[in-house]
Amino acid sequence: MPMQESYAIEAQGLTKRFGDFTAVDAISFNVKKGEIFGFLGANGAGKTTAIKMLIGLSRPSAGEATIAGFDVYNETERIKENIGYMSQKFSLYEDLTIAENIRFYGGVYGLSRRQIALKIVEITERLQLEDYSDKLVGELPLGWKQRLAFSLAGVHDPAIIFLDEPTGGVDPTTRRQFWEMIYEAAARGITIFVTTHYMDEAEYCNRISIMVDGRMDALGSPRELKEQFAAASMDEVFVRLVRGNSN
Amino acid sequence: MRRLAYIIQKEFIQVFRNKAMLPIMTIVPIVQLIVLSYAASNEVTNVRLAIVNQDQSAASRLLIQKVEAADRFILMDFPLSVEEGDELLQRGEVGIVLVIPAQFERTFYREKRGEIQLLVNAIDGQQATVGSGYLSSIIQSFNQEMRAELRLVPMQSNQAQILTTSSNWYNPDLNFKYFMAPGILGELVTILVMLLTAMNVVREREIGTIEQINVTPIKKWQFILGKMVPFLIIGLVLLTVGLTAAKLIFNIPIRGSLVVVFAFCILNLMAVLGLGLFISNLSDTQQQAMFTTFFFVIIFILMSGLFTPIESMPKWAQYLTIPNPIAHFVSVMRSVLLKGSTFQDVIYHFRMTGIMAILFNILAIWSYRKVA
Amino acid sequence: MKIFWAFVRKEIYHILRDRRTLAILFGMPIALVLIFGYTVTNEFKDASVAIVNQANDELSQEFIEHLTSSGHFQLVALPQTRDELETTFRANQAKLGVVIPPSFSDDFYRQKAATIQLIADATEPNYATTLVNYANQMIRSFQQQKNQMSEQAPYSVAVQTRMYYNPQLEGAYNFVPGTVALILMLICAMMTSLTIAKEKELGTMDLLLVSPLPPMLIILGKVTPYAVLSFIDAIIVFVLGYFLFDVPVRGSVPLLLALCLLYLFVALALGLLISTKAANQQTAMMTSLFTLMLPTMLLSGFLFPIPSMPTILQYISKVIPAKYFIQIEQAVMLKAAGWEAVAFPTLVLTIMLVVLLAAAWKNFKVVKA
Repeated sequence: MPMQESYAIEAQGLTKRFGDFTAVDAISFNVKKGEIFGFLGANGAGKTTAIKMLIGLSRPSAGEATIAGFDVYNETERIKENIGYMSQKFSLYEDLTIAENIRFYGGVYGLSRRQIALKIVEITERLQLEDYSDKLVGELPLGWKQRLAFSLAGVHDPAIIFLDEPTGGVDPTTRRQFWEMIYEAAARGITIFVTTHYMDEAEYCNRISIMVDGRMDALGSPRELKEQFAAASMDEVFVRLVRGNSN
Repeated sequence: MRRLAYIIQKEFIQVFRNKAMLPIMTIVPIVQLIVLSYAASNEVTNVRLAIVNQDQSAASRLLIQKVEAADRFILMDFPLSVEEGDELLQRGEVGIVLVIPAQFERTFYREKRGEIQLLVNAIDGQQATVGSGYLSSIIQSFNQEMRAELRLVPMQSNQAQILTTSSNWYNPDLNFKYFMAPGILGELVTILVMLLTAMNVVREREIGTIEQINVTPIKKWQFILGKMVPFLIIGLVLLTVGLTAAKLIFNIPIRGSLVVVFAFCILNLMAVLGLGLFISNLSDTQQQAMFTTFFFVIIFILMSGLFTPIESMPKWAQYLTIPNPIAHFVSVMRSVLLKGSTFQDVIYHFRMTGIMAILFNILAIWSYRKVA
Repeated sequence: MKIFWAFVRKEIYHILRDRRTLAILFGMPIALVLIFGYTVTNEFKDASVAIVNQANDELSQEFIEHLTSSGHFQLVALPQTRDELETTFRANQAKLGVVIPPSFSDDFYRQKAATIQLIADATEPNYATTLVNYANQMIRSFQQQKNQMSEQAPYSVAVQTRMYYNPQLEGAYNFVPGTVALILMLICAMMTSLTIAKEKELGTMDLLLVSPLPPMLIILGKVTPYAVLSFIDAIIVFVLGYFLFDVPVRGSVPLLLALCLLYLFVALALGLLISTKAANQQTAMMTSLFTLMLPTMLLSGFLFPIPSMPTILQYISKVIPAKYFIQIEQAVMLKAAGWEAVAFPTLVLTIMLVVLLAAAWKNFKVVKA
């Protein structure tokens, strides 16, 4: 499989079956480096299953994919060195302080002590939490936890950051602030792969795909899709897509 | 290697910050050690006794005095008839009824024989046997005294005797605490560590941090070692504290090498931690992990030789004690502390536990799935 | 009423879905009965004996054969010296050592008095005592045999022992009642406290409390399946005890089962009380374990005799429900006793039940308020 230098993520016919049930049905797509790629779909459409295959947590049933040039079947450990991940549950250690969480994940990713110290400063400054680096994460409000989780996902400056429904449960202002962070990361050259079921967030992405019942039924930039489906907003695109399906 | 250090550091921070669990990991086991050592004794004392003295002779009174002097029995009552005695047994007010029949003294001197009856509540077979055994030997010695008084011709010339002398090694006072405390300590350290480990991993899975770890380049063995090392150290600390407490409170002997004890403890904990991790890898919820661990723990304890001797078990059950880490630990603790056994003496336990350590940890690593 | 059944059904689904816990809830009583029946015993057979035979003559050989003839003793080593005997002990190869002096034959036949030394590994005191006692018995019988004494020496007092209720000295008679007490406490108290604590942890408890439903009904609904489950477990233990180990129920079966229920309710009340105090599952589990399970096992009298414990522990054992229940079981099952024998323990259990329910109710009201 020839490696395209400019693609961060390549997937071809990627499939995941659980017994008789096909959760992800032969999806194919590419993500360019530095792109913000939105992975949309309703709850239960197969987004989380798909992302798990891409980050090396789940073995595909069929199809191919490379992440940062590494194969998802045989090179999962290399993939993990080069990506960051933020799960729906944030996965922060609530009984550890901010600094301790950074130290742990930094250490796990192989950063040196100096690098970790720098990162602690960098992250707490960016989050404007410099005075709180010794506060237990459990005491932080939800919005801060969210942004901290994102920073931790990028603590080792990976090529790609995967986000699985990162903005669940927060108000629109906080969501907007979060997306600021995403833009900033993308501006630094990091590829962002984000799943969400909020259709308005789709507008923030360079390109998006929409999954319906395990299949990828739409792929393109928000503008392209709105033209394709003659819709005024992404919400409408989605509704038309789903309705079109059930016809 | 450095990654491992970071994992261990995080675990320690979490352990010490968990305020609720800290006393459970330190004070509670020590309290248990003390209470258990006092409670867990099969010693037969304070047996409640009723005496039906239908003879009322001088001889009978002498016998009763001897029984009282023996200090193992509490004389509860002197019922007038065997039926009354039966009722006391029925109501559970006494454990044994001693019956001295009518005309006991006269029959002894005239017909040269006598009979005493013991009615024993035999529900607890061991208590019954040992308790009635004590009474029997008191009666025998009473018999000897009576015969001595008669100044019988000692023996006809063709009656040879075998006398026995007996000595109790390692525990001449038959002190039950010496017997129980080392074993209990071994058992406590083991189960605490096993329980904590199993719960810990499942908890991380429940809150989602395991998934996060799986996405990082951490190797499986690093993760598992990272879980094991802190709990290993906790186990060793507990052992130290426990030994000190046992020495101070019960004055248990420490005749053998503590190096052997600690070395074995490390090996044993490695085996047990591997098992705990294996169980948690297979459990979906904390409750399941706790219950499964608890189940294993109870079976291990009951069959460990802690309360009843392994020698008394049927052969097939004795084989089952081989994969029982607690059985080995209890034996090593007792042998080394009370008998001064050396490394060579207990090398069998080292070997078996070593095999278990390797086996359980392989199972733990194998069952840990970074990729589903 | 419908609400009640709704909760019962929901709880049953929870239980049935958790296959592993279910397996353990049924497997544990069975395992316990088997273990107690077959392996937890003080019986001794094939006890390992090491003999230091310094005589090495015909008489000593006869003696050794006699000693090991009954099957209770098993010869495992023949150390040559006391030092070697020590090594045998330290390596746990033998529990009893017998030293036959070099002049054994001479002493016995000519001097009419020979001495054998018995050395016990007294690490295990009771076992050591039993071994020594039995060895003494065997030596006496050897002596009698050699002397061809056919009748008893004159002026001997014979001791006739009658073992009541359990003439075969079956260990099962002692542990089956205890196992039932343990299982009932385990399932009713521990599971109950866990399931309610879990709802608290998940936050769904608040939901229920805020609703207009009577809280007692909800609690009862959650708790009923466990009551039924543990009752079934108890019956399994009784049945296994009967078929595998011949443990009878000589008294009235309905009486036994009725009092079983009483104890069960006490256990449930205990579980409820703990759940009102515990904030999460971990705390509930640890509390149940240490305040219920361990005391029930140790201080109820079935594993270890209460009279030989220090006074303070004897006092503590008075507040352990299992102790009274075991008394009841023993009376009804083994002593064929009627009401009078069980009146007192029944009274105690009833008082406990009332007190515990009142305490749980009070705590509950506080929470609700």
